[in-house]
Amino acid sequence: MAPELGIFALILAFILSLSQAFFGLTGAWRGKPVWMAVARPAVTGQFVFVVMAFSCLVYSFVNNDFSVLYVARNSNSQLPLFYKVAALWGAHEGSLLLWILILSIWSVAVAAFSRALPLTFSSRVLGVMGLISAGFMLFTLWTSSPFLRLIPAAQDGADLNPVLQDFALAIHPPMLYTGYVGFSVAFAFACAAMLEGRLDQNWAKWTRPWTIFAWLFQTIGIALGSWWAYYELGWGGWWFWDPVENASFMPWLAGTALIHSLSVTEKRGIFKSWTLLLAIFAFSLSLVGTFLVRSGVLVSVHSFATDPTRGLYILAFLVLTIGGSLTLYAWRAPKLYAAGGFELFSREFFLLVNNVILAAVAALVLWGTLSPLVYELLGVGKISVGPPVFAVMFLVPMLPLMVFMAIGMHSAWRRGKLTATAKPLWWLAGAAVLLSASIQGLVFGELHWLGLIGFSFGFWIIFSALLEPLRRLRQKQTLTAALLGMCIAHLGVGMFAIGASGVESYKIEKDVSLKPGGSFRIAGYDFKFLSAANVRGPNYDAVQAEVQVTRGGKAVTLLEPQKRHFWVQQTSNSKAAISVNWARDLFVAMGDPLGDNAWSMRIQYKPLVRYIWLGAIVMALGGLIAATDRRYRVKVPAAAQRLATPPDPNAELGSA
Amino acid sequence: MWKFLLPFAAFVALVVLFAFGLNPSRDIHALPSPLIGKPAPEFALTDVLDPSRVVSNATLKGQVYVLNVWGTWCVACRQEHEALLAIAQQHVVPIIGLDYMDEREKAKQWLTQLGNPYNAVAFDTDGRTAIDWGVYGAPETYLVDGKGRVIFKFITPMTAEVWQHEFLPRIAAARREGA
Amino acid sequence: MSVQAHLRLSAFALLLACGAFAHSQSAGSLDANGQLENPALQARFERITKELRCLVCQNESIADSNVELASDLRRQVREMLIAGRSDDAIFKFMTDRYGEFVRFGPPLSAKTLLIWGAPFIALLLGVFIIYRVARNRSRQPLDE
Repeated sequence: MAPELGIFALILAFILSLSQAFFGLTGAWRGKPVWMAVARPAVTGQFVFVVMAFSCLVYSFVNNDFSVLYVARNSNSQLPLFYKVAALWGAHEGSLLLWILILSIWSVAVAAFSRALPLTFSSRVLGVMGLISAGFMLFTLWTSSPFLRLIPAAQDGADLNPVLQDFALAIHPPMLYTGYVGFSVAFAFACAAMLEGRLDQNWAKWTRPWTIFAWLFQTIGIALGSWWAYYELGWGGWWFWDPVENASFMPWLAGTALIHSLSVTEKRGIFKSWTLLLAIFAFSLSLVGTFLVRSGVLVSVHSFATDPTRGLYILAFLVLTIGGSLTLYAWRAPKLYAAGGFELFSREFFLLVNNVILAAVAALVLWGTLSPLVYELLGVGKISVGPPVFAVMFLVPMLPLMVFMAIGMHSAWRRGKLTATAKPLWWLAGAAVLLSASIQGLVFGELHWLGLIGFSFGFWIIFSALLEPLRRLRQKQTLTAALLGMCIAHLGVGMFAIGASGVESYKIEKDVSLKPGGSFRIAGYDFKFLSAANVRGPNYDAVQAEVQVTRGGKAVTLLEPQKRHFWVQQTSNSKAAISVNWARDLFVAMGDPLGDNAWSMRIQYKPLVRYIWLGAIVMALGGLIAATDRRYRVKVPAAAQRLATPPDPNAELGSA
Repeated sequence: MWKFLLPFAAFVALVVLFAFGLNPSRDIHALPSPLIGKPAPEFALTDVLDPSRVVSNATLKGQVYVLNVWGTWCVACRQEHEALLAIAQQHVVPIIGLDYMDEREKAKQWLTQLGNPYNAVAFDTDGRTAIDWGVYGAPETYLVDGKGRVIFKFITPMTAEVWQHEFLPRIAAARREGA
Repeated sequence: MSVQAHLRLSAFALLLACGAFAHSQSAGSLDANGQLENPALQARFERITKELRCLVCQNESIADSNVELASDLRRQVREMLIAGRSDDAIFKFMTDRYGEFVRFGPPLSAKTLLIWGAPFIALLLGVFIIYRVARNRSRQPLDE
């Protein structure tokens, strides 16, 4: 019953999202308040039915209903309950349903918090979101239904891929999708503004918190994916520049740029058309990423099962949404130019630099990801674009950006004059370089150019981010949430820079063979392989090694990596053991048995690697704080005002 | 205002690229072989069926021949086996097998049970010959002309159609050129 | 373990068929821990194997991949290092057989100029755009 109910609920949700789109958009176009009034209840209804559809699938997973094809392929009766639920988004069909659920949650949130906005505007926003929902629901119903029956039912399921049976990966897709999908709100706001033909500073104020929320979820989602790849795949790498990773990184870059350009538009009412374009780009790159991951056009370590119909559908959907919005843009944007000057080295100037660089990095990553396809299309042959290329593409623009970031935090609007707080900035730069060099010399005993640059910039940014909050604290002045959030987010960037450059400069990775009793030394730590024994998990057998780590004779930790063999899929999977402290990770992963009780193991010393993810969490935290700033709490006006035009008549197109 | 049309134009280019990417006949794992037009790497390995015999491509100088890389572990090799048997029946060119990453006993069993389409099967114990030929999977089928040059490489299972349309014309051309 | 490159890989799951690293056993010049006895050679070995793409799991390096081809190629690299061959000779050996795709970073050539040059083109373009916009805005009145 459950799957049929699920399909039925999804069809109803589809119809409701179509009506949400129709009444929201045409109601606003025709100026019919009654039509527009339909959009909001339609969102609620759509949300209820999506939740119902999703629950039906959860029910089938939890109850081991292997007469449902998707459950039979991705779950198993032996799978622990937590992973049975997570298995729902372990493959294409279910992850689309998760995408739809998250989109409807965002829609409900927008419907709830947009009551203070002009009715035509909020109707258009909901209408555009309805179109996007309808598109994804049709996609699911047409090509990717997770509710199909398997007759006769399977005895048991084929199980969730063992590498996905992991906590971080179970929560990674919901986080990442919340980010991806969340950019649809900024996109809908942009489309609504273009349809209205009106874009003022209020628009930027309304859009910014939504963008920040989407961005912070995506930041956490990307960090979780990176963390998972680090420990689960057993390689100890934290970023591989795989198309799947790039697909999540590009919208993040566009979103980061958007948050910054929105602040210019909000404060000064300029950069309007550029901000619009970024709002379109952030969501478009999310969709492009979806296409790349789900269509199979690129070689990737992890991609979904591919099917030409699905690829074609997403491509058609891209043409409608992105093509449509860019057409609208080409028509409306030329009239949006607003005059407003600023001096060299003013706040606007620094944010301009930020935007140009972030957009350049996004474009470079896109180019790097797609260039093999381009070369193939042009018939120039197969080309390899791997991490060495991406490293150059990333570092060449990003290093200058960090200098601008450290200084830009202290710039003033309009005038090219730094605030008085910025005075210590110059000697702090020297202190940062000195500190970095001494850490390198004293702790790591080796000077490394990337580490020196990364540390120096990282420390300088951290110092710079602390200056203003510390001054205000000392002088007992208030600190707005927006300013505090900005400083914390930038502090996170500094932490990331230190972590990333530290681990890349000083990591040690060794593939060694060890017999029981044998040991190997890296970075002053002795890894002694004591013994290996069989252990049993809920749905796997494993060989567990005991690796004693000592330093200078003193015990540091006991690491217990496992080589797991999963019963159902008959696949093996190495579970790394990691010792973590504030300065470094010690990492042991088991490879293959070499006979005679000897094992191959990958032993790693990863200094400062935690600051990569910690930095990302701090960035997200900064975003969260900034989004709670008082100015974003839109007051609900009197009911009579709802139909009125926004307070700023000068914001009409062409007249501003 | 042409610059506001730029994003749209870029997007159109992207759509063209994606449409090309979706082309169903495209194999994203396929790699062009750098060996094409170059002398075929020489090998002298033991015969799978008879370890005392040597299989070498040096003896095939002046002949057009086919080298087929396979292994008993390879599911797709099982798929192409009937096609290879049928092709062998035509006696167009010698077909040399290269048994890759395999166990001799299993390979013998395979050939006796399923039939042997090969004129000779070289046993690549340590994968060195496979590295020389740039093998990165199985099955792979190479065509070598009378001058000892690799002229064609085909990956994925051989079929009668592929033989008809990709191999026979090239074999005929190689023979005309060689004559 | 099987080489699945030419098979249509099993559908409906994230494709992570290409698990973690493994160790190739090979005789000669290795110490008890499977390291090349000469630390300089071992360091070069680690760098070179990270730079070579495993063609079975195409986005993994042969240092990280556990398929047999990767293990065979690691053995090849190790042997060539012991034989005193240069890095360039080893890379050439690989590209002669597998094509330039086997290297993660393509060598600089006319063909790859648009790849390696892209960051610098972007930088120049960025500077130009910033210059244009900043000059334009600096001539406008500061206040709305």
